[in-house]
Amino acid sequence: MLSQIIAITGLNLRSIPQRWGPSLVIVIGLAGVVAVFTALLAMAQGFQATLKDAGRTDNAIVLRGGSGAELNSGFGGDSADLIKLGPGIRKGKDGRPLAAGEIIVITELFKKGETVNGSNVTLRGVEAASFELRPQLEIIEGRMFKPGLREILVGVGVTRQFAGVELGQVLRMRGSDWTVVGIFEAGDANDSEMWADLDTARSAFNRGNGVSGVRVGLESPESLAVLEEALTADKRLTVEVLQEQAYYSAQTGQFRAMVSVLAGVVTLIMALGAIFAALNTMYAAVATRSREIATLRAIGFGGFPVLVSVMIEAVVLAFLGGVVGAFIAWALFDNLSVSTLGQSFTQVVFAFQVSLGLVMAGLVIAVVIGFIGGLLPAVRAARLPVTTALRTQ
Amino acid sequence: MTKTGFVIANLFHKKTRTWLTLLSVVMAFVLFGLLQSLNLVFSAGADFVGATRLVTQSRVSFTQSLPMRMVPEMDAIPGVRSVMYQQWFGAVYQDNPQIFAFAVDPERLHETYPEWVMPEEHWNAFRDTRTGMIAGKLLADQYGWKVGDRIPVQSNIFPQKNNSKDWEFELVGIFDGQDEQWRRQTAGSIYINHAYFAEAALFGGGMAGIFVLRLEDPEMAESIAALVDERYLNSSDETKTQTEKDFQVGFIKQLGDIGMIVRWILFAVFFTLLLVVGNTMAQSVRERVPQFAVLKTLGFSDNSVLGFVLAETLALCLIGGVVGLGLATALGAVVAQAAGPMLPIAVDARVWMAGVVAIFVLALVVGLLPALRARRLKIIDALAGR
Repeated sequence: MLSQIIAITGLNLRSIPQRWGPSLVIVIGLAGVVAVFTALLAMAQGFQATLKDAGRTDNAIVLRGGSGAELNSGFGGDSADLIKLGPGIRKGKDGRPLAAGEIIVITELFKKGETVNGSNVTLRGVEAASFELRPQLEIIEGRMFKPGLREILVGVGVTRQFAGVELGQVLRMRGSDWTVVGIFEAGDANDSEMWADLDTARSAFNRGNGVSGVRVGLESPESLAVLEEALTADKRLTVEVLQEQAYYSAQTGQFRAMVSVLAGVVTLIMALGAIFAALNTMYAAVATRSREIATLRAIGFGGFPVLVSVMIEAVVLAFLGGVVGAFIAWALFDNLSVSTLGQSFTQVVFAFQVSLGLVMAGLVIAVVIGFIGGLLPAVRAARLPVTTALRTQ
Repeated sequence: MTKTGFVIANLFHKKTRTWLTLLSVVMAFVLFGLLQSLNLVFSAGADFVGATRLVTQSRVSFTQSLPMRMVPEMDAIPGVRSVMYQQWFGAVYQDNPQIFAFAVDPERLHETYPEWVMPEEHWNAFRDTRTGMIAGKLLADQYGWKVGDRIPVQSNIFPQKNNSKDWEFELVGIFDGQDEQWRRQTAGSIYINHAYFAEAALFGGGMAGIFVLRLEDPEMAESIAALVDERYLNSSDETKTQTEKDFQVGFIKQLGDIGMIVRWILFAVFFTLLLVVGNTMAQSVRERVPQFAVLKTLGFSDNSVLGFVLAETLALCLIGGVVGLGLATALGAVVAQAAGPMLPIAVDARVWMAGVVAIFVLALVVGLLPALRARRLKIIDALAGR
């Protein structure tokens, strides 16, 4: 039995080059399905990773109660000072509690090649501790800004997507000119921001001594509860305390859900189309070889080996298509840098991530489609009435 | 047998194959319809907004508020018919943050947006009720709100003077759009009274997010926009003024490269489809070579044989395409219902138009090669099976 299967399958597969046209339909159909599936999910995955990596479990963000996002939050400098004295905050290099008041100002930049509609980009006013709280962040070009001067650092993601933010260029915001003196890279959502000195930014944007939120380093991830309890009990404050990683991860939910639904619907509809195409091709393959199959049956080959051989052919072609599709998705989209509106109403720059897991999932889909597409034609091939088939032209 | 009958009969020469091809075409056009409607949301979007209004925002970005003292200054500009200001309220209702709530001056809203339709007594009630609120028809329908209801709304930005972010407003009117497209905009809209907001909010009362200028003459849009921006140049509140349409388009463009991704998928789907249908047609012609030879022997011209093959492809694409677009229309309505106001997709006339163009292009591209092959056919060779 096994030797029969191998013999017929070998015969089928070796004859594929003689009938490339119809077989190509399966390959290309499946390549399309897998490429679209992989690319869409690579986008969702890249977005999620970019935001998740931006947060640490031993950092916390303190916002005005009920704000949910830094953009909506804000309180006075006196509240910020109280927060920094809270329990559970670890000491920084200078021996003081590691905590930074930060403000968020949304600015508009033009995407490269765009001249009419600006996109929102976060400008963050930061303190020295802000850098210590994000050890992954490095200045890769230029230098640090000097406090008191209107100088800014620009994230590497911003330089990829937006115009006018090269080293040395001047940005005009609210009647004041800011010079780009450095470019930083953190490998996460921080790369979508521009940073300036807190006090300089506050005076330029009329923010008095207020901050949007306070970012603190915790002694340990468990200290979150200690800090939260102390701050919420303080009658002078109305704040919420969020773990940094949870804060960023929460922003990915909506986008991920949207892209996943899109990927699901598109893949399902395309897969149905591909199944019909595969059925078509395999029926045609069986029909053109009906005499050959009948001859095999006449000289003693069983129906089951014939069935299996047709199935294998369909699955092999589908798998081949899946590999091509995954390769196309990888070649075109892997590491492709794009940006979209994040939940804080500013652009998040992120890159597609075509991971091995996604490619495997795509290949599994391809094989399943090949299996379904091959099944009915295979059954027909196995049931072919030998005598009539031998007589047909 | 008529020519049409002949084409149909030929089409179903191999039933299984035609059905399967037809189904792939249907699937492809279901996708085409849905993705094209999504594409339209990202690319055009705001065609229905006329050029009679300008939007002035802070040059830094529209999340940066502008001071209210600009209102009388803008009122005084010649050619400006009315000025409206609005402040983003950041409303959340029952955990739904997809609500576009703005604090406005009721009379100025009424004057500046004649597209919002509401009985005059409701406009008066909105003007006279300090804690009043009006809601878009679709939103009111969604939550079953009726005029007179008291609606609890949270703001994720503004606390009241007592530090609480829980607000409550009295629904005094429900407004509708003047046509279908404006009605669609009512799906998430709420307006509240700016005077009350300014007094009750802990901060932010003296500011407005954007100003909307309704012009007497759309021709003046460019010059008035330049005039406004020039006036505030080098002040601490520099402005950026553009037509309402550009403002809306900019808003959608913020979603960024999603439109590009959608275009890539459309391309992939179409290319795949091209191959599937193209191959089927080629195969069908190959199998029927002797038949075409017979046709030619009977006296049909080369061109009419070409016509038969092309007509067959067109019939296949047309049936599949129309059924597919029809399914997409139904599915699109379901998706729009589920996705809410953030994703106002609709498989409408514009999508259908693009779809019909796609059908004809597809039919021509896949049909042409096999048709030419049938046309070139030499009777003797074909009958001899060479």
